[in-house]
Amino acid sequence: MDAESLLLSLELASGSGQGLSPDRRASLLTSLLLVKRDYRYDRVLFWGRILGLVADYYIAQGLSEDQLAPRKTLYSLNCTEWSLLPPATEEMVAQSSVVKGRFMGDPSYEYEHIELQKVNEGEKVFEEEVVIQIKEETRLVYVIDQIDKAVAIIPRGALFKTPFGPTHVNRTFEGLSLSEAKKLSSYFHFREPVELKNKTLLEKADLDPSLDFMDSLEHDVPKGSWSIQMERGNTLVVLRSLLWPGLTFYHAPRTRNYGYIYVGTGEKNMDLPFML
Amino acid sequence: MEESTSPKQEKENQELGEARRSWDVKTAASPQYSEPASFEPLEAKQGLETGRQSRSSRYWSPQSGARTSLGGSAGPETSSPAPLSPRESSSTPSPLAPAIQDLGAPPQSDRTTSVIPEAGTPDPDPLEQSSDKRESTHHTNQSDGNTFQQSQQPHLCGPRAVSYKNANQKELRFDVFQEEVSNSDYDLHQPATGGSEVAPSMLETTVQNAKAYLLKTSSKSGLNLYDHLSNMLTKILDERPENAVDIIENISQDVKMAHFSKKFDALQNENEMLPTYEIAEKQKALFLQVHLEGVDQELEDEIVENALPNVMESAFYFEQAGVGLGTDETYRIFLALKQLTDTHPIQRCRFWGKILGLEMNYIVAEVEFREGEDEEEVEEEDVDEERDNRESEADEDEEDELPKSLYKAPQAIPKEESRTGANKYVYFVCNEPGRPWVKLPPVTPAQIVIARKIKKFFTGRLDAPIISYPPFPGNESNYLRAQIARISAGTHVSPLGFYQFGEEEGEEEEEVEGSQNSFEENPDFEGIQVIDLVETLSNWVHHVQHILSQGRCNWFNSVQKNEEEEEEEDEEKEEPDYIEQEVGPPLLTPISEDLEIQNIPPWTTRLSSNLIPQYAIAVLQSNLWPGAYAFSNGKKFENFYIGWGHKYSPDNYTPPVPPPVYQEYPSGPEITEMDDPGVEEEQAFRAAQEAVLLAAEENEETEEDEDEEDDYD
Repeated sequence: MDAESLLLSLELASGSGQGLSPDRRASLLTSLLLVKRDYRYDRVLFWGRILGLVADYYIAQGLSEDQLAPRKTLYSLNCTEWSLLPPATEEMVAQSSVVKGRFMGDPSYEYEHIELQKVNEGEKVFEEEVVIQIKEETRLVYVIDQIDKAVAIIPRGALFKTPFGPTHVNRTFEGLSLSEAKKLSSYFHFREPVELKNKTLLEKADLDPSLDFMDSLEHDVPKGSWSIQMERGNTLVVLRSLLWPGLTFYHAPRTRNYGYIYVGTGEKNMDLPFML
Repeated sequence: MEESTSPKQEKENQELGEARRSWDVKTAASPQYSEPASFEPLEAKQGLETGRQSRSSRYWSPQSGARTSLGGSAGPETSSPAPLSPRESSSTPSPLAPAIQDLGAPPQSDRTTSVIPEAGTPDPDPLEQSSDKRESTHHTNQSDGNTFQQSQQPHLCGPRAVSYKNANQKELRFDVFQEEVSNSDYDLHQPATGGSEVAPSMLETTVQNAKAYLLKTSSKSGLNLYDHLSNMLTKILDERPENAVDIIENISQDVKMAHFSKKFDALQNENEMLPTYEIAEKQKALFLQVHLEGVDQELEDEIVENALPNVMESAFYFEQAGVGLGTDETYRIFLALKQLTDTHPIQRCRFWGKILGLEMNYIVAEVEFREGEDEEEVEEEDVDEERDNRESEADEDEEDELPKSLYKAPQAIPKEESRTGANKYVYFVCNEPGRPWVKLPPVTPAQIVIARKIKKFFTGRLDAPIISYPPFPGNESNYLRAQIARISAGTHVSPLGFYQFGEEEGEEEEEVEGSQNSFEENPDFEGIQVIDLVETLSNWVHHVQHILSQGRCNWFNSVQKNEEEEEEEDEEKEEPDYIEQEVGPPLLTPISEDLEIQNIPPWTTRLSSNLIPQYAIAVLQSNLWPGAYAFSNGKKFENFYIGWGHKYSPDNYTPPVPPPVYQEYPSGPEITEMDDPGVEEEQAFRAAQEAVLLAAEENEETEEDEDEEDDYD
């Protein structure tokens, strides 16, 4: 959610039950403003909160002028001091994908993962158990990256692409209409499109290239991994992800308010197919 | 540039065509023709409307005037069709400027459009005056008088006027205009003398022509370009968006859409907003409830006050912990609870929490009815089971020949009575505050046992079936009730000492029911320091009974009943006589005794605020049931649940494997299938039989022989 409309956004996203306490809110308002100034971001988003056993991580993201450029991620334990996280590399992804369980809450905590590796010693080849240490910070980067790629969404029309390349916030976006808001196809993944190229020419003909340049939620696998609800008597549409429980996206139709926040344990719901 | 009227148009068109082509080049020659012809037609129309006299100056002035009336900056930016040459012409006037001092067009363009490259402004003063006046026209005809003065100016530039005039002819369409113009043109064509009066008319005509073209209605949409452009430019000037040039197409689209949307608005909006209004009406009813009650309200209030919890206060504390539904939503829930307590005879009521679902959510209220006011329970399920049992027995009796199955369905464990164990409280749910509350049926042990084995999302509809393996006995309302029971049993905690056992304890023998069920508030509770509550888990205790793996809180010994049946049946029993009694942790055990999940402690404790610890409250989060929270400020405490309603497991869910095939019938030769003998076997058998026969015959023969021998003797 945009740091500028933080209070309103938190109120709108409160249907999922988990939000921020007043002191965190107050410190966020101030500190995000300073972050924006210091790092010279165009927009700062409050991404959410990852619950750990000992402490929680508060995550913010900074965007530059081009909305689809890779975002910079910052984390804080107390909503006051923010540290920049490194961008996710493939190596990090490979390493951290084996870690399971809750987050500790201590960024320097190291997970131990035992792997069997084949070691060549002279002519013999035998397997040895190698203990790999994975820092929690790395895992944090990985999880945030996964969640962003999988479930960060924006409504259709909120961004538009210029012919020169960069994507801009659409100042004439007035919100989705009520009927559009209930359809999954009106929401896009907030990332570089992956499946767009696989669409048939017939489908592509209907798309508006300046608005429909990202993947929509319609073809997400598994089907039904999003729950769309109208809350507050049809004045608020809330999408909750079932794949990453804790991700809540809200939008007030016919207004410009929209945003998403993740408050959860940072674990993917691998049981989803059984639960639907 | 010849004077003949008839070929004039062609030539003018030619010249204009050249003007257009050479527009970008801006050579000295071409600009002559490209004098803003279209501006002039526009203004020419005005001129026509008001009078023809001030044509001449009008022609020049309207160039800029027209430009301003069209919205100044619109020149290069509008995607207007080609015939609109003001854009084009606007740049060319500049070279003309030095030549034509009074015309003032270039300086005007200078002022109004940025595209126009400016040469010097020849005679700015009179021109500026005129331009000022012109700019104020804006499709009005105010500049008549002014321009009339200016009409004299073109005198000075006869040949140029002619050239201008020629350039203006390109848009000539209307014969009327043509004739008039031709007349005036004729005058103009007298070189260098009195051409000024004629020239304006030519320009005016062209302007009028161009304007007429723009006003032409489109056959498809009923709009005309003139109106569209003027609307668009009006909108832009009103709103003044940034970088209008970048979004001009969008603006154009928006203006077009604004024409159409009004027709359909009424229908669509009504459909969409109806559900919103419905719910708003219902919620309004919540707020109005207070006035409906009569005189008895005061009396009832006394009773009701005890029942209704102070939801707002608890919500405030939970908000400190970062948990909550938002203030207005909580207030509406508060009112809905009040409605619940008003309509049902409730002793105590509590806002239990919110369970999220796929289509709708559940708001759950935990309720305790007043003594003796229980509503009747539905006993259909038990009846059905009995019927089934009887039927199966009947079948068996009729056909004794069939082998008897040894299978006995495991005894259905009866559910607990209401007000005891898992059914201690009654739960009401509603989808949204304002909707009616629905009572959930009591939970049976079988449901709890199976609920432990499955993991399903709630849809939000109470009658939705649960399709799972093992098959869940019931629909979503039963599953919901079972999960609520499990969550309550697992996560409802209170500070140590808040509750104490009632003084009338049942006998302390192991026997099951009633021993430590009852607890009551401790009036002497003095509160625990918040810091203590946070530091150790032993200061918190469970105040809801643990549910045994049987599915009940109080052990039910199903063996007892079995004994009766056993006497009737054969002595073959494969069941053990003694089922071990399941024991769970007794009531009011501290939560420090809770088991860990792998290496994760079952509870996480926090202070609500690190910055101001003296007023902070202790917050407990359950790691076993994510979404279960409890807070305490030392004296008060409350439990709350908000989540999807599932237990946390670090491993992935694996559905239980179907049990192995049961040995229902004793296998013996009577019912075991025998293979039919194969060909070889049959032959071997036959051979063996024949051998036996032969042997028998031989025996007989020998016997006969012996007999015969005996006889003979």
